[in-house]
Amino acid sequence: MGRKLLTEHINVEGIDTFEVYRKHGGYRSVEKAVKTMTPDEVVEEVKKSGLRGRGGAGFPTGLKWSFLAKPEGVPRYLVCNADESEPGTFKDRQLMSKLPHLLIEGMITSSYALGANTSYIYIRGELLYVLRILEKAIAEAYAAGFLGKNILGSGYDLDLYVHPGGGAYICGEETALLESLEGKRGNPRNKPPFPAVQGLYARPTVVNNVESIAAVPVIVNDGGDEYAKIGVGKSTGTKLISACGHLNKPGIYEIELGVPVEEFIYSDEYCGGIWKGRDLKAVVAGGSSVPILPKELILKTAAGENRLMTYESLSDGGFVTGTMLGSGGFIAMDETTCIVRNTWNFSRFYHHESCGQCSPCREGTGWLEKILHRLEHGHGNERDIDVLASVAKQIEGNTICPLGEAAAWPVSAAIRHFRDEFEWHVRYPQEATRPGAVFPGKAVLA
Amino acid sequence: MESTTAPVKPQFSEAAKAEIDRICKQYPEERRKSAMLPVLHIAQAEFGGWVAPEVQDLVAEVLGVKPIEVYEVSTFYTMFNLKPVGKHVLEICRTGPCQLRGSDELTLELERITGAKVGGGPSADGLFTLKEVECLAACGFAPVVQVREKYYEQLDTEASVNAMLSELRTMVHRPALPWEEKGLPNAIANN
Repeated sequence: MGRKLLTEHINVEGIDTFEVYRKHGGYRSVEKAVKTMTPDEVVEEVKKSGLRGRGGAGFPTGLKWSFLAKPEGVPRYLVCNADESEPGTFKDRQLMSKLPHLLIEGMITSSYALGANTSYIYIRGELLYVLRILEKAIAEAYAAGFLGKNILGSGYDLDLYVHPGGGAYICGEETALLESLEGKRGNPRNKPPFPAVQGLYARPTVVNNVESIAAVPVIVNDGGDEYAKIGVGKSTGTKLISACGHLNKPGIYEIELGVPVEEFIYSDEYCGGIWKGRDLKAVVAGGSSVPILPKELILKTAAGENRLMTYESLSDGGFVTGTMLGSGGFIAMDETTCIVRNTWNFSRFYHHESCGQCSPCREGTGWLEKILHRLEHGHGNERDIDVLASVAKQIEGNTICPLGEAAAWPVSAAIRHFRDEFEWHVRYPQEATRPGAVFPGKAVLA
Repeated sequence: MESTTAPVKPQFSEAAKAEIDRICKQYPEERRKSAMLPVLHIAQAEFGGWVAPEVQDLVAEVLGVKPIEVYEVSTFYTMFNLKPVGKHVLEICRTGPCQLRGSDELTLELERITGAKVGGGPSADGLFTLKEVECLAACGFAPVVQVREKYYEQLDTEASVNAMLSELRTMVHRPALPWEEKGLPNAIANN
């Protein structure tokens, strides 16, 4: 059983209250930071920890913090990205609703490190009930002297607010999130300037994912070096994996980075295997935007090594034979799954969520959805598969924000690994579109 | 409280006004527009589950912005309903992980039981509007439906679907929000 750095107490009765959370060692990192450490020393510990952004990009958090501009007399902000919307990902919702004080503690300690006196948690609008939980917990933290003026007599002031979105995946992109927080449409901004220089209200801003912020207390308490001892190589610490799809035990698992993928899927400690006694067909390992891999490539790399749940191992082989850890949204598909249908579903998602600013994304996602719809419904032709691949390629790299790539990658990967199944839809539309149809294997195409 | 025809000049309740004041203080004074989304959520809860043009004008007035600044936001974010809705809006997640665990079948079943169609108007009895939405971040508990602030999860059995619908059918007031003493009457049932 791996160590649980974030979720050890998640099932303790009343852990969502200040009192119980505090009794279990809560808010120690705030005391330690504001009383015994300088802000730069906190940043240093986070750098040493090797913590990488848990929202999906995996960029080192400490490094991101060190880029924050600090012009004299200009307020700066910490904004927590709680706009969890990447299909397959549901860890932040669980963490915030069950352990609201962990996020709040992380926000206070991190805000101190960055010199922010006002911080926001931007939570997706669908999670208004979690916003209520957070606001209640924040009120308790104010009452206990951990928020507000002169926190614990240290002279440090911090106000913390929760702000709801309105239903838009794109607001998970950090500059779209900031636009949204300013009361506007969630259109991503051109970069540079980066938020570290001109973010919220054109002031220096750091935007971090919920899980990244939630890891800060343990890093400050135990030291960055201790945290870095967990994991493998540059994948340090623990990661919350949202396991879903055709698994016996879907749910949130906090794993030490480095668990073999095979163990994660099949062991009873984790997902307990594939439901209904079926075989595994494919996995999308890091949220809907990362490349799908067939069973043989998710369990083992192309070189035949065991695939591990780490940033490096999952991306071994690049996009030819690998994928990404991403947000840790782990979607398993059994042998009866139609890959064309699933790809169409994801393309419909990205088309729906494109903000419309950049034509390659606005138009391209529409074409992807349309062509995939046609293939899935038995009206495709042989050329469609190549057109799909070509449209995906032309979206990639040609948009302001990464939604373009997020829309293109799943399509490119599905064709790369499951081209036979697409061809089956073209050549045998009646069989392929029968309700409950299962691709019989490439022999049918011979 | 009317819902299908919003009053010509709607007004927020005193409780909602106080809540809006509290929210606006969270942002720098010259950045009152930041309260746009939270205030739109309050407006939708106050005025029968949707935001009529008059309601959006009221939001503009309260925030001190031009009405167009509200319209461009309300049409961008999917949570704001721009047409009258039934007493309960069932937001059915249709994205991949839910689809893998039966959301397509769930949608058909809900259409059959309620008589409403996804993307169409309320059911004949005015109780239900069906709306398909994208990922609700509850993929491990699929399939999922959201009604107002509540998630109904693992709706993969007849019993779970029936339990949700009968809970909603008997609900006279929507659940109270933290700044309210009591939830408002569920709009259409009150007509």
